[in-house]
Amino acid sequence: MINVLLITFTISLLYLSIANRLLTYVRIITFQGVILFGVAFFELREINTVNLAFILLETILVKTLAIPMFLIYVIKRNNITRETEPFLPNFISLIVITLILVITFLISNFITDKSLSRIFFIVALSTLFSGLYFMVSRKKIITHVIAYVIMENGVFILSLAVGNEMPMLVNLGILLDVFVSIFLFGIFINKVGDVIKDTDVTHLSNIRD
Amino acid sequence: MTGIYLAGALILSGLIFFNRNRLINALLIVGFLTMQWGYTIYVITHKNMTDLNYFRHDAIAILLLATLGIISIPALLHSYEYIYKEKDNARSRSIYYASMILLIAAISTAYTSSHIAVTWIFIEITTLCASALIFHRRNSGSLEATWKYIFICSISLIFVFVGILFLSISYGKTSEGDLSYAALLAKAPEMNTKWLKPAFVFIFTGFTAKFGLVPMYTAGIDAKDKAPAPAAALFSSVLMNVGFIGIFRVYEIVAQSQLREWAGHLLMIASLLSLFISTVYMLKVKNIKRMLAYSSIEHVGIITLGLAAGGIGYYAAVLHTILHAFVKSAMFFQTGQVYSIYKSKSIYYVGNYFKYNLPGALVFLAAFICITAMPPSGLFISEFLIFRSLFEGHQILVMIVLAILLTTIIWAFGKNVFKLLYTLPVNFDESKIEKVNHGETMMQFILVSLVFYLGVFQPAGFVNLINEAIKNLM
Repeated sequence: MINVLLITFTISLLYLSIANRLLTYVRIITFQGVILFGVAFFELREINTVNLAFILLETILVKTLAIPMFLIYVIKRNNITRETEPFLPNFISLIVITLILVITFLISNFITDKSLSRIFFIVALSTLFSGLYFMVSRKKIITHVIAYVIMENGVFILSLAVGNEMPMLVNLGILLDVFVSIFLFGIFINKVGDVIKDTDVTHLSNIRD
Repeated sequence: MTGIYLAGALILSGLIFFNRNRLINALLIVGFLTMQWGYTIYVITHKNMTDLNYFRHDAIAILLLATLGIISIPALLHSYEYIYKEKDNARSRSIYYASMILLIAAISTAYTSSHIAVTWIFIEITTLCASALIFHRRNSGSLEATWKYIFICSISLIFVFVGILFLSISYGKTSEGDLSYAALLAKAPEMNTKWLKPAFVFIFTGFTAKFGLVPMYTAGIDAKDKAPAPAAALFSSVLMNVGFIGIFRVYEIVAQSQLREWAGHLLMIASLLSLFISTVYMLKVKNIKRMLAYSSIEHVGIITLGLAAGGIGYYAAVLHTILHAFVKSAMFFQTGQVYSIYKSKSIYYVGNYFKYNLPGALVFLAAFICITAMPPSGLFISEFLIFRSLFEGHQILVMIVLAILLTTIIWAFGKNVFKLLYTLPVNFDESKIEKVNHGETMMQFILVSLVFYLGVFQPAGFVNLINEAIKNLM
C-alpha cells in the first residue's frame, strides 16, 4: 500500500512539470497532502498513539487544508494571473524531472543496508530536487513558495522513513512546516503584494553590486 | 536556569512589543541586558553542567556566549539612539526591539544547546527574528532582502534537516533516538560512513547560510546591507558564530570517524572559494556596508581554512572567530554614524571623515588595522597561526593562494577606507551635519581595544577555554 501511495506521489511530480495553471499546482499540493496522510498512517504504526494522532492531524490540517487554502487566498487577493510562466517549455521540464527520477534511482543502488527502504529514499530525494528545479524554472514569487512546499513534502517523506526509530525527527519536520508556512505566507505574501504590485521575481533583483 | 532565561526573554519581548512608552522601553531593555549577563555568568560559573537535558555549558559555548554578552550591550544601546532618531511609528519600533531581544536569546540558546535538533530549532528562530529586523525600513529594498533571506535560510534549514535525518540513519537502528552531541561523538568511530558523508555535506551546506561561506552566503550579504546598522552588527558577528558553532560541532563528530581527511578537503575547497569570491567583490563593491559584509565572508573563509588545516589551526580558528566578532561589530556600529553624517552608504559620496567625526574616524582606522590583521591586532596572531598550520600541514600551494588573495583584499579594503577617511567628499553640504553620540563611539573603542588586548596579552583563562573547546579535535 505504501508503495502504491509513494508511486502516485512521484507521478504527481511529473504532472506538476507540465501543468500550466496555478490552481492545478494548488490542487496537486492538496492531493500530495492526502497521500502523505496515507503514508504516515501506514508507516508509523509502531509509535505511540498520541504522537501518531498529532502527525496525522498535521498532515490533514496544515498540508491538505491550510496551505492550499492560503495559496488560493493569496492568488485571489493579489490578483495573480493564472499562468505559471515557466522560463522553459513544459516538454523540457518533463524531461528534467524524468532525469531527476532516473538519477535518484541510480544513486539509490548504493544503498545496501536495511536501515532505510529504498523507495522512501528515491521519492524523497527526487521530490527535493524537483522542488529545487521548480523554484529556479518558474517566474512568479508564488510558484517559488509552492516549490518550497513541495520540497518540504519531500523532506517529510524522508523523515517518515526513519520515523519509527526517531519520532522526534518527524515532529521536527512538522515544526519546520508550521513555522515557515505561517511566517512565509502569513505575513509576507501580503506585504509582497502591497509593496510590489506585480508579483514577479524580476522585481526582486534590484539589490546588487 | 536556561528555562528561566528563555521564559524571561519571551516575557520581556512580549512586554516590549505591547509597550509604546520610551522610558518603559528603556527599562525593559536594561532588564533584558541584566538577565543576559546573569545567564552568561551562570553559564561561566557552572562549566560543563547539563541543564534541562538539552543544554550543556561547554567551553566553546562559554566563549561565544561571553562574546555575545559583550556585543549585545552596544547593539541594544546603539539601537536606542538609532531607532528613536527616526520619527516613524511606535509599532515598528516595538517590533524591532522585541525581535532583537528574541534574536539574542535564540542565539544564546543555540550556543549552549547540546542536541543537534535543539540547535536546529533555535537557528530556525534566529532566521525569523532576523528577518523581522531586516524588514524594519519597510521599503522595497528591505522587502527584497528579507524575502531572499527567509527563502535561502529556509532552504538551508531544509538541507540541515535532511542532513540530520542522514545522520540518524548512519547512527544505526540500535540507538534510542539520542542525537545529542556527546552521544554522537562517542558513536562516531562506528558510524556508517556511507551515510555520514551525505549527512556532513547537507549539514555543512545548510549552516553556510548562517556562517556566510560558499555556497549559501548570498542571503547574508543583502541582509547586512539592508538591516539597520546595530542589527547588521549582530548579523555579521554573533549570528555568524551560530553558523560556526553548528559546523564546528558537526566537524568534531566527523573528525572522530574515518572521514576526517575527506571533510578537511571539503572545508578547504569551500573556504578557498569563499575567499576568492570575497576578493572579487571587494574589488568591485561601492557600498560600505556590503564591503564589510564581503570582508566577513573573507574572515569566515580564513576560519574554515584554520579548521581544515588542523594542528594549531583549530586554536587559531576559535580565536579568530571571537576577535572577528568584536572588530566587525564595531565597524558596523560605526557605519551607522557614517550614514547619519553623509546620508549615504556609497563610497562615492563620503570622505574627509576625520574632519566631520574625529573619534569615529579613529575607530574606523583602528578597526581597519585590526581587520586587515596588521601586527598589534589580535587577528594578526590568529592569521599567523593559521599560516603556520598550513605550513606545517605541507599545504604550501594553499598558503600562496591565500597570501595573494589576502593582499588583494587588503588593497581593495584600504582603497575604500582611505577614501572615506582622507579624500574630499563630493557634493557634501557641511552645514547640515548631525551630531553623533560620542558615548556610542566609546563603546566601539572598547570593542576594538578588546581585540588588541585579547590578541596580544591572551589571559590564561581565555587560552585554557579555547584549548578545552578544541580538545575533541586534537
